[in-house]
Amino acid sequence: MVTDPDLRVDLGARDVVARVVDPEMPMLTLDDLGVIRSVEEHDGSVVVTITPTYSGCPALEVMRDDIRLALGEAGYRGVEVRTVFSPAWSTDWISEAGRRKLAEAGIAPPGKAPARAAGPIPLSLGAPSSQVRCPRCGAPATEEFSRFGPTACTALRRCPSCQEPFEHMKEI
Amino acid sequence: MNDHVHDLDHDVTNAYQSLSETTAHDDPRWAFGTGFEDGLSLGEAEISAPVPDGVDAADLAAYCQMLGDDALIYSQRLSEWVANAPELEEEVALANTALDLLGQARVLLSRAGHVEGRGRDEDALAYLRDQAGFRNVALAEQSDELDFGRCIARLLIFSTWRLALLHRLLGSADPLIAAVAGKGVKELTYHRDYAARWALRLGDGTDESHRRMQAGLDWAWPYVEELFRTSDEERRLVAAGVAVDPAETRAEFDAVLAQVLEQATLVRPAVAPAGTIGGRSGRQGVHTERLGYVLAEMQSVAREHPGATW
Repeated sequence: MVTDPDLRVDLGARDVVARVVDPEMPMLTLDDLGVIRSVEEHDGSVVVTITPTYSGCPALEVMRDDIRLALGEAGYRGVEVRTVFSPAWSTDWISEAGRRKLAEAGIAPPGKAPARAAGPIPLSLGAPSSQVRCPRCGAPATEEFSRFGPTACTALRRCPSCQEPFEHMKEI
Repeated sequence: MNDHVHDLDHDVTNAYQSLSETTAHDDPRWAFGTGFEDGLSLGEAEISAPVPDGVDAADLAAYCQMLGDDALIYSQRLSEWVANAPELEEEVALANTALDLLGQARVLLSRAGHVEGRGRDEDALAYLRDQAGFRNVALAEQSDELDFGRCIARLLIFSTWRLALLHRLLGSADPLIAAVAGKGVKELTYHRDYAARWALRLGDGTDESHRRMQAGLDWAWPYVEELFRTSDEERRLVAAGVAVDPAETRAEFDAVLAQVLEQATLVRPAVAPAGTIGGRSGRQGVHTERLGYVLAEMQSVAREHPGATW
């Protein structure tokens, strides 16, 4: 914590960063998304380390600006936001609260990321899994109609029961 | 090397601002590149890691350029499908694939620039090198002339090959290459599945779709041989635990292609491989004339307005 009373610091830096929302999925905080690696305070300056979701995720630069702004407004100075790749982000790191918020926003949360067995990665030529619950009507089986959605992290599906299309966060 | 982002007046009318919560955005962005005003890029922890013991820095820089240039140049070619794909879903899929590859290219080129130590960042490498300075394979630079059969054939070949490479690079002694592999394997698994499913749908579809898919494979196949040719830099880096010998990925590539082609009722083309010039090809900076067109478009704004910010 920064102790200078003029800086009006109410929250620890970790709490401030945790509340910043994802620019493409604003129902999720960065904490929900599981991209915050560390928040370290040294003599009033803060070093935040985050990890990108996808290699080319355009939201990362906006996240970085938003973290810097949020910490600045909370009274922190000397903010540095670093990014680190390894270990690679997985949708398994999305919190339970995050999964609930996704579903409430009409986005089917990801299932368990596939385990990597030894040997070559198998090709998947069969029909896409139907085991994704419709976030609107709760029907247990739905169909994928596009593996790539409006953001890098989502696929497009539709529900045969309520006929509604919806996004599904892909397991990686 | 990033002085160019500091020496012009701040312009707050940037397009990212509307996406951001930022209300007092004062970071000028170089018009074509990263926008990171401090000169660091994403993944900078790994980008700035020391060169592993026993590894020649020039070899490592060259290898990062090879992997990075394959991704950069192919990403540029894939992007030509934006506003040209047969359906919106395919356009989004191809654009997402291009974006993943561009992300891989950016950090690989940043690493190349850092290791090389001549002050070149990812933008300098992408926008200010000439044709002979690029080390990508010929497959990446060809124009598919917006033929969807060709597009899928190339994506199937490229993603099968690159997935096999990156899967073996998960344990690379270079931390940045290992980190790119960690993310890239997940991304390329999706790219390969996408291409394989389309190859199956088209190959085992109508007479016309089968003909077009086979023609696409025939078009891409001369550039397959080069993918498994080992450069001198790669050979030395294999010994140092940094690189994978591309020749070692051939069996996996052949097995995956055989599986897809058989189910899709397609045949493996029997065509002669594209030639080399004195044994030299893309890895040595010798390219087909098609790379010139890619660079002319990709670099035009950066060369027209050097150092511009927005």
